[in-house]
Amino acid sequence: MKTKKELIRTETIDEIIENYPIAKDFFMNINLTDLPKNKTLEEALMTVSDVYFEEFGMERHWILYQFALFLDTFDQSSETVSGIDSITICGGHDKSGNPENIDLVISKGEIISIVGPTGSGKSRLLGDIECVAQNDTPTGRTILINGEIVSDDERFETEGKLVAQLSQNMNFVMDLSVKEFLEMHARSRFTKDPSVITTCFECANDLAGEKFSFHTKLTQLSGGQSRALMIADTAFMSTSPIVLIDEIENAGIDRKRAIKLLARNEKITLISTHDPLLALSADKRIVIKNGGIHKVITTTDIEKESLYSVEKLDQTLLTLRNQLRNGQLIYPIG
Amino acid sequence: MKLITVAGPPSSGKTSVIINVIEHLKLRGLNAGVVKFDCLTSFDQERYSENHIPVEVGFSGKVCPDHFFISNIEEALMWGRGSEFDLLISESAGLCNRCSPHIKDILSICVIDNLSGVNTPRKIGPMLKFADIVVVTKGDIVSQAEREVFKFNIRQVNGKARIISVNGITGQGTFMLSKHFENALDIDTLNDMRLRFTTPASICSYCTGETRIGPAYQMGMMKKMEFKK
Ligand SMILES: Nc1nc2c(ncn2[C@@H]2O[C@H](COP(=O)(O)OP(=O)(O)OP(=O)(O)O)[C@@H](O)[C@H]2O)c(=O)[nH]1
Ligand SMILES: [Mg+2]
Repeated sequence: MKTKKELIRTETIDEIIENYPIAKDFFMNINLTDLPKNKTLEEALMTVSDVYFEEFGMERHWILYQFALFLDTFDQSSETVSGIDSITICGGHDKSGNPENIDLVISKGEIISIVGPTGSGKSRLLGDIECVAQNDTPTGRTILINGEIVSDDERFETEGKLVAQLSQNMNFVMDLSVKEFLEMHARSRFTKDPSVITTCFECANDLAGEKFSFHTKLTQLSGGQSRALMIADTAFMSTSPIVLIDEIENAGIDRKRAIKLLARNEKITLISTHDPLLALSADKRIVIKNGGIHKVITTTDIEKESLYSVEKLDQTLLTLRNQLRNGQLIYPIG
Repeated sequence: MKLITVAGPPSSGKTSVIINVIEHLKLRGLNAGVVKFDCLTSFDQERYSENHIPVEVGFSGKVCPDHFFISNIEEALMWGRGSEFDLLISESAGLCNRCSPHIKDILSICVIDNLSGVNTPRKIGPMLKFADIVVVTKGDIVSQAEREVFKFNIRQVNGKARIISVNGITGQGTFMLSKHFENALDIDTLNDMRLRFTTPASICSYCTGETRIGPAYQMGMMKKMEFKK
């Protein structure tokens, strides 16, 4: 394999773009889109006037160096952390200093719900997981990865790549159609297989009650459709091994299937929720009180059985909602 | 004393981030002060004072904000040392995309927010390009996918920086950021150190107060656009 420096010295811009389509963006970023592309970058830069370099505060060798760096950056998929099979939450203490006394192992594919009153400390737990706390945050918790302590260097390295987050307050703000958006996301992930776009789209449509098309604008999606698309996208395109979901109860989507989808895609899924349907679908639930983990409950068989009635109730409500939406009259239930 | 430069477009969340970072630093027994450089007005001093953070504010007024910054930062450092801070943090609003207060060897932070548009990182310029750490705020209101695309666009212009997502309101993400602040270089003076990028050049009649329009009044260093026929 040639180093990027050699590549840039020996190949023409056209040849490089052929192999690294992203290289085009580099020239847009530095405002040099009409360079002669049948030359090497060094030759091509000789055709640019000195005034340009002065004006934009750049030099030719700096551009060569930056271009090599750019190609390197996008060659290694540095945004990915792989090989995470489990995390362990080792207890710290609550707000009054009472010890938590737990060591909870969560493996990939597992779903854990987090319950507790607002302000009880749920976001602090999520924050601890995100920064892989090492007994150095206010809660005194330690988070292990694959059962092991994590060094500061490794924490800096995984920063922002570990956790994908989804909450009720999140909206799409880009002015793009669903298709353009999925393509853009796939491109930023260097996804080689284009079928993932269709998979995401179909799966999102499945989860959302009302259908939408590839050409629908993101900003025109209903709350439920947006949430469905976000979940499908997180499941299939995001590489973060951990997913944190914050209150999606009123989203108008098939919640149970949504979280099953994440779990099936080998994610470690944590949901902060008060929704019985979601909480009981989880394998375990963490109860938060006074800033600390009060206890961890494994969903019992009896609870799993009552999940059936909860689903029926939920279905009844959904039917009523649809009847209202369609202008029908509501008749006594049951 | 450590110096950290924090820059970013107006309202991107600089003050919110700095206040949250200082909270963490205080817990570790560190004492930090802030100097805010702004153009015409600022509401930041009250917020810092409310949080018991010593602050000084300077307004560039009719002078280029970058030139103003660089001609006052050494004095700011003296103020910080005199006040016995462990860290001095400078906050400056990048007012044009050509702005950049970053100094070689000094920890340089750029704060931008997810709401500013996906292609914004590709337009910002040296303030982002030469930052060691890019802090991205307001992720709490956009989708995960958009956050990922935004990050990708930051990578496009700055392949080396660490990118840290922070919620300026809850402070989520500032813990790791505060560790970087703590590891910043200790310095006594900035004399003879260098900017990472040249400041915009401006020595024309409009810099010195001219308000009339027309070629007769345009003197000094002027730049003319070329329009196609
Ligand atoms: N939703 C949300 N709002 C934020 C976040 N960070 C900051 N804000 C809000 O954005 C607004 C601007 O934040 P500031 O911290 O004042 O921004 P700034 O960059 O210091 O602004 P100037 O100094 O005036 O240029 C405030 O209303 C903040 O509450 C965030 O992560 N999420
Ligand atoms: Mg501010």
